[in-house]
Amino acid sequence: MELFSNNAEFKMDVLREVGNIGAGHAATALSRLLDKPVDMAVPKVSFIPFEEIAERVGGAEEIVVAIFLRVEGEAPGNMFFLMSQFQARALLQGLLSFEQSSDGPSYTEMEMSALSEIGNILAGSYLSSLADLTGLPLSPTVPAIAVDMAGAILTYGLVQFGTMGDEALLIDTTFMEDDRKAEGHFFFIPDPESFERLFRALGVPI
Amino acid sequence: MNEVIIVKIGMADLNIASGGESLKTTGLGSCVGLTLHDAQIGLAGMAHIMLPSSDIAREGQLNVAKYADTAVPELIARLKAGGANIRRLVAKLAGGAQMFAFSNGSDSMRIGPRNVESTKLALAAHDIPIIAEDTGGNFGRTIEFSSSSGMLTIRSVQNGVKEI
Repeated sequence: MELFSNNAEFKMDVLREVGNIGAGHAATALSRLLDKPVDMAVPKVSFIPFEEIAERVGGAEEIVVAIFLRVEGEAPGNMFFLMSQFQARALLQGLLSFEQSSDGPSYTEMEMSALSEIGNILAGSYLSSLADLTGLPLSPTVPAIAVDMAGAILTYGLVQFGTMGDEALLIDTTFMEDDRKAEGHFFFIPDPESFERLFRALGVPI
Repeated sequence: MNEVIIVKIGMADLNIASGGESLKTTGLGSCVGLTLHDAQIGLAGMAHIMLPSSDIAREGQLNVAKYADTAVPELIARLKAGGANIRRLVAKLAGGAQMFAFSNGSDSMRIGPRNVESTKLALAAHDIPIIAEDTGGNFGRTIEFSSSSGMLTIRSVQNGVKEI
């Protein structure tokens, strides 16, 4: 992208900080929900070939639980909260004391709805902190949930980048829950047009 | 028994295979997996199509495998170069799912069905018959296509294995 021909390193750092603040708030929200500490890794920000994005969560065929929502407003984009099946089960049990309905990739309507709501709360805190930081109005759509192959799910968020090339700029933050060694990913994929607005709002020279 | 050689097709990628080799692509969601087969010479082609039309492309160097309208002629050209007769080619389609359901679905949310429609139009323009398809739904698919038998094997999380 042409926008990154100048000051690329600095701009990547700014996006890393965007991820840090957004996911930091989401991690705090998750930690409150679970009433236990949730750690967060330094966000990874880079252009990744489409082919390799699913590798971040175990490969294209890895079955993941994904909550997707579209970010609307001044800097639109796509947001995913991705968990392994193990993590999703742990969340349901830890948070809501749900009896495990099955081991496989099938979830009851109640479980899907609960996971969706967790994704909604986390994405909401991610976006509201980002909106505060940038002063840009940003709001999430109603979340949608799917349990399926990571490759099939993630391509859904790459359509906007698809017309520009074969890679996407992704803000990836990993959550870890220390006692269960499970992790979840937050992927924020702003639309290509949104980067300039984000940079202007944050006073980054274009 | 000899191991079958599998040629892997990435996202927005296409290739051909023969001599009993198989073609495989993983994690098709809204993308369409298109296979073409010339049974007489055991030559097969597969494309992993991501977007319906190259009209919306804003990339400098166009990746022809990415768009339905450009991937279909390119795959046909590759098969012809490999000795296929276009009149013998038959097509199978899989994928084009709508992974997430939204009530206020904007156009980009309907990308799966649009990919299928556009691929069918491009095939019709070359008079290639579609002899089988497993498209739509709300689930991901991994597909494998045998260049010898022309059998398309489709795997999905919820529905197991299916052959068309």
